[in-house]
Amino acid sequence: MMPLRLPLARLRPAALFVLVWSLSLILTGCLGDEENWHGKDISGLMPELEFTLTGTSGNPVTETDSAGQIRLVYFGFTSCPDVCPATLSGLRAAIKQMPDDLQGEVTTLFVSVDPNRDTPERIASYVNFFGQGVVGLTGEEATLRAFTKRYRTTFGYDQPDAEGNYQVSHSAAVYVFDGDGDARLLLRPGLTTEQITEDLTALAAEPAPS
Amino acid sequence: MSAAGYLLPYDFSPLTVFSFAAVLGLYGIALLRMPAADRPGPIRIVTFVLGVMLCYAVMQTRFDYYSQYMFFVHRGQHLILHHLGPILIALSNPLPIARYWYGFAGPGSRRLLAPLGWLYRLLQQPAIAAFLFVGLIFFWLWPPIHFDAMLSRQLYWLMNWSMLLDGLLFWWLILDSRSPAFSNALGYGKRILLLALVAIPQMILGAWIVFSRGMVYDVYEVCGRAWPMPPETDQLLGGLLTWIPPAMMSIVGILIILRRAMHEDGGHSSRQSRQPITEGSAP
Repeated sequence: MMPLRLPLARLRPAALFVLVWSLSLILTGCLGDEENWHGKDISGLMPELEFTLTGTSGNPVTETDSAGQIRLVYFGFTSCPDVCPATLSGLRAAIKQMPDDLQGEVTTLFVSVDPNRDTPERIASYVNFFGQGVVGLTGEEATLRAFTKRYRTTFGYDQPDAEGNYQVSHSAAVYVFDGDGDARLLLRPGLTTEQITEDLTALAAEPAPS
Repeated sequence: MSAAGYLLPYDFSPLTVFSFAAVLGLYGIALLRMPAADRPGPIRIVTFVLGVMLCYAVMQTRFDYYSQYMFFVHRGQHLILHHLGPILIALSNPLPIARYWYGFAGPGSRRLLAPLGWLYRLLQQPAIAAFLFVGLIFFWLWPPIHFDAMLSRQLYWLMNWSMLLDGLLFWWLILDSRSPAFSNALGYGKRILLLALVAIPQMILGAWIVFSRGMVYDVYEVCGRAWPMPPETDQLLGGLLTWIPPAMMSIVGILIILRRAMHEDGGHSSRQSRQPITEGSAP
């Protein structure tokens, strides 16, 4: 007898295979998480907020300087043509729509990942354009690499053109940490101002943990 | 960046480094000590080491950095962890090495290993093995799951290790060097059927990624790319890597099995044709 057995003679495992396979499609279809937030819930996926970076005054800034506040961390660079200004002004608009008593509980941390061009002074004038609650930060490239790695993100530089201008690839999302420094939400591009306002208001209105 | 920067792990995992060192160490010691008759030839040794080193390279060098921040490199990483590396390891047939070390296990440790054996036999049921093989690819590429896996360090390691272990199980089932005529290894027909069956959903998934208009995996948008690259290009390349090479590997696998089956068929029938003569001459 030929050892090469005909597949049809063994229909039973094949039928079982098809059954199990279709079951898998049903199961994976059910795995989508139920979301109460407009942003992506990242509780437990990431370590808590921790950094030592340089502020716009040139002094070191750590996460304890804004402890108790909801921190919105955004990585960008000041020469960024569209994404960074759009995101930062979107955040400012969303915070302005929050109830008056909660607006003061949100701090935006703008981290420049282009320290070669972005001096503290340059970042200061950039973030001032986006309102009071924005803190501009940067650091040595190695420090920034360690900080971005901790939050599973990265940045990269294009080749400079004739004038020395270059593109920087960076995260397009905003990381939201609560007053305890726990990672809570990721605001992906595409959320409306109202949706961001609702998420931030819900987060700010949460009872303080005992 | 210096050469060491490219060779050192981006995200150092002691468990991973230890596991790979242990596998290579145990393989090397067994090679030196085992009887020459059982020892695999140089081609098999090189194939084994190449397979192991490929898997190590995509997990614990700078390659891992690019896999975390570029979708198409990530697909390349899984192509090696789930296909190419395990295929090379299975083709090198490390069975004599395993048998050598198993020989040292006393009755106590054999009893301890028994549940592992049951689990192994359960996972190597053809339907379960094929389901796991395709299911894991679909599971980790399901957009919400993929998003979480790329954001969480723990999930990321779980993903890569599960792909590697499942790849080893599946390709060992398919490329088991023992002949089904003389052992309980899976029949060649079933092996070919499995290879064809697992290729189809992978091709559908790859094609779906390639032809998707929108961004399916926006996590790479969120996490920043290793270098500025249009997201559509990244997704297109990643989709192609999910679609074409795995299908090609199924075909290569089928060709290898067919060759073995035909080879053995020849040997087997000549043995069969001899049999009636010996039987006939016996009484």
